[in-house]
Amino acid sequence: MLSTCYTFSAYFAIVIFVLGILCKVWKYAITPNPLKISLTPAPTNAAGVILRVILDASLFNSLFKSNKFIWLGGCALHLALLIVVASHIRFFVSPVPELIMLLQTFLQSIGIFIGAIFLAPIGYLFIRRVWVDRIRFVSIFADYFILILLFCIGLSGITMKYFIRPDLVAVKTFIMGLISFSPEPMPTNPIFITHFTLILILLAYFPFSKLIHSVGIFFSPTRNQIDNSREKRHVNPWDR
Amino acid sequence: MAKEKIEVPKLTGKIEIPRIKPGAALVCEHHKAKEQMLTELGYPSALVENWQEKAIAKMRELLNKYKSLKLYLDVCVRCGACTDKCQFFLGTADPKNTPVGRQELLRKIYRRYFTPAGKLLGGLAGAEDFTEEMLKEWYAYFHQCSQCRRCSLACPYGIDTAEISMAAREIMHSIGLGTKYTDEIILKVFNVGNNLGMQPKAIKSSLDFCVDEMKEAYEEKGITNIDVKIPMDVEGADILLVVPSADFFASPHIESLLGYAKVFHQAGISWTLSSYASEAGNFGMFTGSYDGMKKVASRIGQAVRDLKVKRLVIGECGHAYRIAYNFWNTLTGPFDTLDPKYPVPQHICEFTYDMIKRGAIRLDKSANDEFVVTYHDSCNVARATRMGDMPGGQFEIPRAIIKACCNKFVDMPQETIRENTFCCGGGAGLLTDEMLEIRIKGAMPRMQALKQVVDSHGVNFYVLICAICKAQFTKIFPMYGFPMDMVGGVHQLVSRAIIL
Repeated sequence: MLSTCYTFSAYFAIVIFVLGILCKVWKYAITPNPLKISLTPAPTNAAGVILRVILDASLFNSLFKSNKFIWLGGCALHLALLIVVASHIRFFVSPVPELIMLLQTFLQSIGIFIGAIFLAPIGYLFIRRVWVDRIRFVSIFADYFILILLFCIGLSGITMKYFIRPDLVAVKTFIMGLISFSPEPMPTNPIFITHFTLILILLAYFPFSKLIHSVGIFFSPTRNQIDNSREKRHVNPWDR
Repeated sequence: MAKEKIEVPKLTGKIEIPRIKPGAALVCEHHKAKEQMLTELGYPSALVENWQEKAIAKMRELLNKYKSLKLYLDVCVRCGACTDKCQFFLGTADPKNTPVGRQELLRKIYRRYFTPAGKLLGGLAGAEDFTEEMLKEWYAYFHQCSQCRRCSLACPYGIDTAEISMAAREIMHSIGLGTKYTDEIILKVFNVGNNLGMQPKAIKSSLDFCVDEMKEAYEEKGITNIDVKIPMDVEGADILLVVPSADFFASPHIESLLGYAKVFHQAGISWTLSSYASEAGNFGMFTGSYDGMKKVASRIGQAVRDLKVKRLVIGECGHAYRIAYNFWNTLTGPFDTLDPKYPVPQHICEFTYDMIKRGAIRLDKSANDEFVVTYHDSCNVARATRMGDMPGGQFEIPRAIIKACCNKFVDMPQETIRENTFCCGGGAGLLTDEMLEIRIKGAMPRMQALKQVVDSHGVNFYVLICAICKAQFTKIFPMYGFPMDMVGGVHQLVSRAIIL
């Protein structure tokens, strides 16, 4: 019963996640730019614009220039997310690639620290949100919700790693079963069930939430338009 | 707006982030457009019965027409990086004058009527019904944005509040809610051809008077052979110069007009103004109306064709240069008849800089020796355009001209100039008396920055290239204890220094 329920939910969440993001991307892609609105000084060629967007997406360049404190929190959180996701790859592929094994060994060697680098930035961003009056004023429930959700996912993950260890072989069997469409029984460790549930919630919530900034950043006209209005005539698609 | 005396912020030379005062600026509201104006512009003459429904329908239309709007309503994470960037927040401390606070006014409605989360969860998802109170907030706060885009620079995703306030203004117009100031001016352009509603005859006589005065001034100095002209409607001239209509008679604007005339004269290039395209400005942008903006801009394309000119040059005006640089080609182009060797359109500063580099004009720096000059980067020029070939030319070229015209130049603090520049506080439809309180407070960050260089370097001349900035600062400066005639144009310096 538990297994059936979770197998179904997992597929459901993933379908929502993938379709939801595809719908958003489609919508962003087809909505026209009637006018040129690049934020200058802007690159005057395509290569420059690609670099500008990559720098914004990878190093949060604009944020670095505008607010070092938020940049620090944002960088730490995203980097931690990246490491955590990477360290989970071992549950999704078989055999586990050399590189991931290396990462795993490295992460093992630094111990609890890895949990801390995930939880600390979330705590920092939460406190900042509550502490700074003007940021508290503009925050909505969803902003706190996502931080709490991520925090709980991290906390349950740390609990499994250091305190209540699930049967990792059973976990991998379950996951690989989902991937190969031949469902296997769901591990019954309660912390794992919690962790897994929260992740499904995160996946299904993703496309409808502010997390869509992760794909949206690549579509931002103030950043991805080439500054060449005089050289190349821009035609408004709905006013030809 | 409150009738009692407005408290002018004290100048310390430092820009401090205030503690929030929710609702502090809600009372500052534009006079509403009159029925007849709205009708003439093709909008409902008063707030329509089913305004909520109409507004949502308009929003749906805009969401499908503008990628910027659609995307920017979705991607904000409320990180707060923009919250200390807007001059109207720094000045009023009202958190709905932070960029994100302002955007949220529209985003709440968007979530409520267009997103699954907002429809299902309402307030928990940050959604709100479009109530009358909300509409009141829209009217106040979306008209307190000067579309300067300082927030967009700060945003990790480049979210541009200007795009959002333009959409909100257009939605409000579509249900019969506009501002008197902006609508009145747009109608003047539609009916007469310029923001001031000056008829061609009036422009001509103002220009003649201005030229006579200039000649007299030179004659007093013993120079008699001055034949600088300000030609109008000359068919077949090389250059069509389009200037903000304030340049025709307002002070200090007209000083720059004389500067342009002298540069063209010395360069030996034939040029003309147009009485039909007698306005560079385009308040259509301020109302967010694409059609309005296009109709205003169409006069430019028409004049280019009618006068059979080869080049198009634009005078000192901030938002006008943004529209000229980025939008004219789309709205009233292509300019196939113009000479492709030159930028279309070209900023007057680019033209003058080119003439200085080529040695076609000579400048006597000592003519401006009484001045210690600083330069205000006008927001639209700084963050929405370019001069010359290199990104950032919009900062370098005006400064290069200034330095060629005077011996003493000093910049204000780095975080307040170039792409980080502050708006004057009067842009995008704020330049009206009932908004004086917001204008004074919005100018505060700039005044603090100026105070620093006045104290440290004795700056006594403040030059810029925007008609709205000039009008705003000449009004605001005395309130902050700076003399009004400290404000001038870049070409005012050129005009004084150029050797005829």
